[in-house]
Amino acid sequence: MMRRHAALLMRIAILAGLIVLLEVACRTGVINPLTILPPSDMFAAMIDQVGSGELNASIATTFSTIFLAFALAVGCGTVTGALIHRSTRLRDVVDPLLASYYSVPTFIFYPLLVALLGIGKAPLVVLGVLSAAPAVVISTLAGLDGVAPVLMKLARVHRLTPARTLRWIVLPAALPHLFTGFKLALSYALIGVIAGEFILSGTGLGYAISFAYQSFDNRAMYGAMLFVLLVAVTANGILYVWEGRLARRRSRG
Amino acid sequence: MRAEVTGEAHVSLNEVVRRYDGPPAVQALGPIDLDIRRGEFFSIVGPSGCGKSTLLDAVSGLVRPTSGIAHFEGKELSGEVPDGVGVVFQEDSSMPWLTVRQNVAFGLRTSGLPKTEVSDRVDHAVNFMGLSQFSDHYPAQLSGGMRQRVCIARTLVLRPRLILLDEPFGALDQQTRLLMGDELLRLWRETSATVLLITHALDEAVMLSDRVGVMSARPGRFIDMVETGWPRDRDSRVIADPAFGALTGRLWTSLREESLKTMGRAA
Repeated sequence: MMRRHAALLMRIAILAGLIVLLEVACRTGVINPLTILPPSDMFAAMIDQVGSGELNASIATTFSTIFLAFALAVGCGTVTGALIHRSTRLRDVVDPLLASYYSVPTFIFYPLLVALLGIGKAPLVVLGVLSAAPAVVISTLAGLDGVAPVLMKLARVHRLTPARTLRWIVLPAALPHLFTGFKLALSYALIGVIAGEFILSGTGLGYAISFAYQSFDNRAMYGAMLFVLLVAVTANGILYVWEGRLARRRSRG
Repeated sequence: MRAEVTGEAHVSLNEVVRRYDGPPAVQALGPIDLDIRRGEFFSIVGPSGCGKSTLLDAVSGLVRPTSGIAHFEGKELSGEVPDGVGVVFQEDSSMPWLTVRQNVAFGLRTSGLPKTEVSDRVDHAVNFMGLSQFSDHYPAQLSGGMRQRVCIARTLVLRPRLILLDEPFGALDQQTRLLMGDELLRLWRETSATVLLITHALDEAVMLSDRVGVMSARPGRFIDMVETGWPRDRDSRVIADPAFGALTGRLWTSLREESLKTMGRAA
């Protein structure tokens, strides 16, 4: 308990130190403020932009796209993982593909996706799902592999129906792994969607950053960047805390 | 109804054989003929891989014999665990996401009993196994022996008339094992259930049982049957009884040859 808190304080101190360092470097001219805005200015820019409402449409588009991609990745990934788990033959075929999946830069398919699905939400959602779903599949497989055979035997001793076995035994037993998958899926969906907007889109936060970059609007660019960063970190932080709560129950202490 | 069955065998196996289709086809067990009396404490010892666990699975109804018939309370077992049978496994089968109390109550989730009845039975089982101080703990916070007690308590709430134990103390140290043996004897006396215990520890078998069956190397058959003659009211202190050494010695004499066969096979 003490150690966890100490580590947390240390982490915050390091981050705060780096931010202060950057601030000082910018203010004293060690770093050209035209290249990087001082963090305090970035923050002010973010408040301005988000407060003014000019980003509202982008925020709504981007986060609804991310959420859609995340939800689809979790749904499809879990079901696909469960199906693969059921068939040993399919598993033998698919395992190496899954293991090497993330060596493929999915982004290169973006032009193809646009050609197939047009410009708009659809190719971005697909891109997000393509980045996120395999992580869910992999962690679902790991989770199902981890269900102790003796617990499946227990289900038979208690004459549980398949649905109850799933709900009472398999899902809770696999939950820690599933959760890791969901966490990764959220990050990957976010990266996939925002990067997609960046490359080839007319809406969204990724596009807003890219547009500001191309029009030399540093304030707008850094403001939007900081906003994306904070949202990503917060979302992940919430999952992290939740996961920690689940995990702590199962381990000592 | 109960009176009619008394005197008859509680569990009865006739020419039970279990074969696994190959290749290569393996006869894992049998033929086995065995009657276990109602209320008896019966143990099985045998060399590793002789089919002890397969026999237990056949008695619980988890597997159907390849040939032969298994009966529990006069009814034929048919690939499903019948009501009244509780099983405790060798591996820790407590559920790490549930507290001790919830683990124990798991046994009654599908029972359809009223809430108060469920909670009474859970309280009783938790107290009986000495877990009341830990009822809100999670299994990870308990020792191996206590976790196995949780699993026994989870079986106990079902009020089983037949309790099957597959090397339940296999992972525990010797002292804990003896003390758990005492708990098991107390449980057996108070529930008047029939107990079938599988163990590889000869002393454990002798100390706990009314009767011990010795199995041969695969395919497992009974090669010796030893009546211990202990009083019903006994505990782990019988290991100091002169008869204890003689009985354990007899088991080993029967088992030694078979164990050597298994070793030879493995080497």
